[in-house]
Amino acid sequence: MNIYVLLKKTFDTEEKIAVTNGEIDSDGVEYIINPYDEYAVEEAIKQRDAHGGEVTVVTVGDEDSEKQLRTALAMGADKAVLINTEDDLEDGDQFTTAKILEAYLEDKEADLILAGNVAIDEASGQVGPRLAERLGIACVTTITGLEIDGDLAKIDKDVEGDVEKLEVNLPLLVTCQQGLNDPRYPSLPGIMKAKKKPLEELEIDDLDLEEDDLEPKTKTVDIFLPPEKEAGRVLEGEIADQVKELVSLLRNEKKVL
Amino acid sequence: MGETKEKLFKGGAFLIEDLNGDDILTPEDFTEEHKMIAKTTDDFVSGEVLPVVDKLENHEFEYSVDLLKKAGELGLLGADVPEEYGGLGLDKTSSSLITEKFSRAGGFSITHGAHVGIGSLPIVFFGNDAQKQKYLPKLATGELIAAYALTEPGSGSDALGAKTTAVLNEAGTHYILNGEKQWITNSAFADVFVVYAKIDGEHFSAFIVEREFPGVSTGAEEKKMGIKSSSTRTLILQDAEVPVENLLGEKGKGHKIAFNILNVGRYKLAIGGVGGSKHGIEVATKYVNQRKQFGTAISSFSLTQEKLATMAARTYANESAVYRTVGLFEQRMGALTDEQLKDGREIAKAIAEYQIECSMNKFSATECLDYVVDEAVQMHGGYGFMQEYEVERMYRDSRINRIFEGTNEINRLIVPGTLLKKAMKGELPLLQKAQGLQEELMMMMPEEPGTEALEQEKYLLKNAKKIILFAAGLAAQKYMQKIENEQEILVNLADMVSDVYNMEAAILRTEKAIQKTGEQKNKQKLLYTQVYVQETFNLVEANAKEILIAVESGDSLRMMLSSLRKLTRYTPINVIAKKREIAAKIIEAEKYVV
Repeated sequence: MNIYVLLKKTFDTEEKIAVTNGEIDSDGVEYIINPYDEYAVEEAIKQRDAHGGEVTVVTVGDEDSEKQLRTALAMGADKAVLINTEDDLEDGDQFTTAKILEAYLEDKEADLILAGNVAIDEASGQVGPRLAERLGIACVTTITGLEIDGDLAKIDKDVEGDVEKLEVNLPLLVTCQQGLNDPRYPSLPGIMKAKKKPLEELEIDDLDLEEDDLEPKTKTVDIFLPPEKEAGRVLEGEIADQVKELVSLLRNEKKVL
Repeated sequence: MGETKEKLFKGGAFLIEDLNGDDILTPEDFTEEHKMIAKTTDDFVSGEVLPVVDKLENHEFEYSVDLLKKAGELGLLGADVPEEYGGLGLDKTSSSLITEKFSRAGGFSITHGAHVGIGSLPIVFFGNDAQKQKYLPKLATGELIAAYALTEPGSGSDALGAKTTAVLNEAGTHYILNGEKQWITNSAFADVFVVYAKIDGEHFSAFIVEREFPGVSTGAEEKKMGIKSSSTRTLILQDAEVPVENLLGEKGKGHKIAFNILNVGRYKLAIGGVGGSKHGIEVATKYVNQRKQFGTAISSFSLTQEKLATMAARTYANESAVYRTVGLFEQRMGALTDEQLKDGREIAKAIAEYQIECSMNKFSATECLDYVVDEAVQMHGGYGFMQEYEVERMYRDSRINRIFEGTNEINRLIVPGTLLKKAMKGELPLLQKAQGLQEELMMMMPEEPGTEALEQEKYLLKNAKKIILFAAGLAAQKYMQKIENEQEILVNLADMVSDVYNMEAAILRTEKAIQKTGEQKNKQKLLYTQVYVQETFNLVEANAKEILIAVESGDSLRMMLSSLRKLTRYTPINVIAKKREIAAKIIEAEKYVV
């Protein structure tokens, strides 16, 4: 099976977000594989081990994204592709990324493409579905189970806590939800082997794309942090009075009712 | 090869050599693979070990065995085992990083360390091919678990005083071992013990003893102050039958194995000390950021900041120093031929060259850890005394580090003792250097160091080295061979030498980083170095003074003290301000940062 994984690097979950001059401060920040993409890598490796074939991990990013690709290779992926847009693109959004990935994947005859449900940074969840649309293949988001039999994929899809059971034909793009699997740690032999696995670096030029084709469809107007959590208030007195007070506060002070 | 060899430094040579950043390994030199190995270990500890710490602390050792097997699957037990015997044969930096990252696992780090270090390495270094074939592949996967049995009720630091005996049976097929080995880590579940016994009551030798051999048993689990997650029992050998082919190394040469393994055990404990110190800083910082008193987080008090900064500066110096030593091993092993590298004894020899460095790292880093966890408890106030808080366990777990693998007192005595031996044998021209110094000091005019980054610190370092030679020279002149009876002076010297090693490691590391990425990006390193070097230089001065006063008297003492003053005159920096700057970064990041 010809399996592709879409991978993005994100801030380590331990990092604190700071905004300086209207931009998120990335100075000295540690990056990880987007945790949902880790489920995708793990699932790809499992499917390959069960059905044969090859796993290629693809990222659209910069030079530093190589680290996360190497980690995926150390987990067991076979090949990695870094589409480096650092020098060519100033800005990009989900449209940009999906378009680049389309250009890369259109002639690859992928049987299965796996992505994370969302990235934990911007959490749009758009790149996977947009790409499937562009490639003209089926797409199932938030999967928690995947069993492949010939050309047929039997899928468990998380629907707000319930499970929907689906059967879909390959080729297929899925986005992975927590609960799908338990991503493995890259083993030490895996890490040493990853050094020798192929990591191809491309630029948009190599995909016959130009900056104008990739102009984002969205514009970031402002970036700000959520307001700091204020101290709570404990209401006192008879229960009936407390309820009245609560309702009045919600209506008048917080204006949520 | 020729070129590499010229670059090799002898153990202890740093006292008389001038080095620069390229001569030492620093954490900034770690490769991507090193970092990935560290991350896998770190993730394994947080994902697998920490969730079951309470069970481990409760002596539910089936979890220890299970964790070791899982670690084995990831390759975390095979770093020091050669590839041809089922291991990974990684460099010493990799295995050191694994050790550092395991330190957060409390007593389980001792379980892991005893298995991969003192348990497996005697076979890696001194086993013959058959022994390696038989044991190493299974030790590398965790299918077999190893332990090391040297200490006896009557012989601790005096290991050669062991009473356990081995006698060849009449058929000549087995050694019959009798005796008791005390405080054996991993003994509840270990399958293989490296045991020392005297053949015919006189030839001190090592044996590979399997748990299943007839006559082998273990005593009750010890009740310990800390590292409760690790198993500690007595190994009982009662007419234990050990096949002759399980004699490890040569008959009567057990002391060689013991000596080499001690060095390994020591530098590994030092690395664990550094990892534990970093973790201690993190735990303390998170707490003081969240704990409010008088309406404000206690991290905003400058006294809290002073504590964090001192902990971190000391950790930085020790981190620099232990990886400096690991770099020395790498350099020496890098100069070995492929053939030599296959011979475990050559690797043991490469490590043993740095016996002084191993001992210094051991006592310095374990005392750094003890200091850090003590302050971390203090910053927790009453909560630090409560078992619900991790810091309480860290405090108890830390204490043993100053005792095992040679008490810190024994390790201190090794430093001047070994230096003196090297000087006598002509390996290090320490005596010659010391002789010229007294006259030089009479004539010397104090210098004023420049104001560029690190110039003051380098000046202090240069003078600290002279102070050591000066004080040691005087003591050696006065006591000659009998200096070994003057343990107080020897220990002062050990501290001074260790201080110089750490100061230099911090300076060179910071210098190397600045050369690579500029001063702006390495401000924290520079601050650590400035604070550590000044505070430590003052300790060197105090120790030297004590030696001079013990050795000299009257006019001669006054003269010597005035010579010392020439070396200790400098314009100090304001460490209070520097420490506030250091702490600001740590408080923001909520962990040790460089």
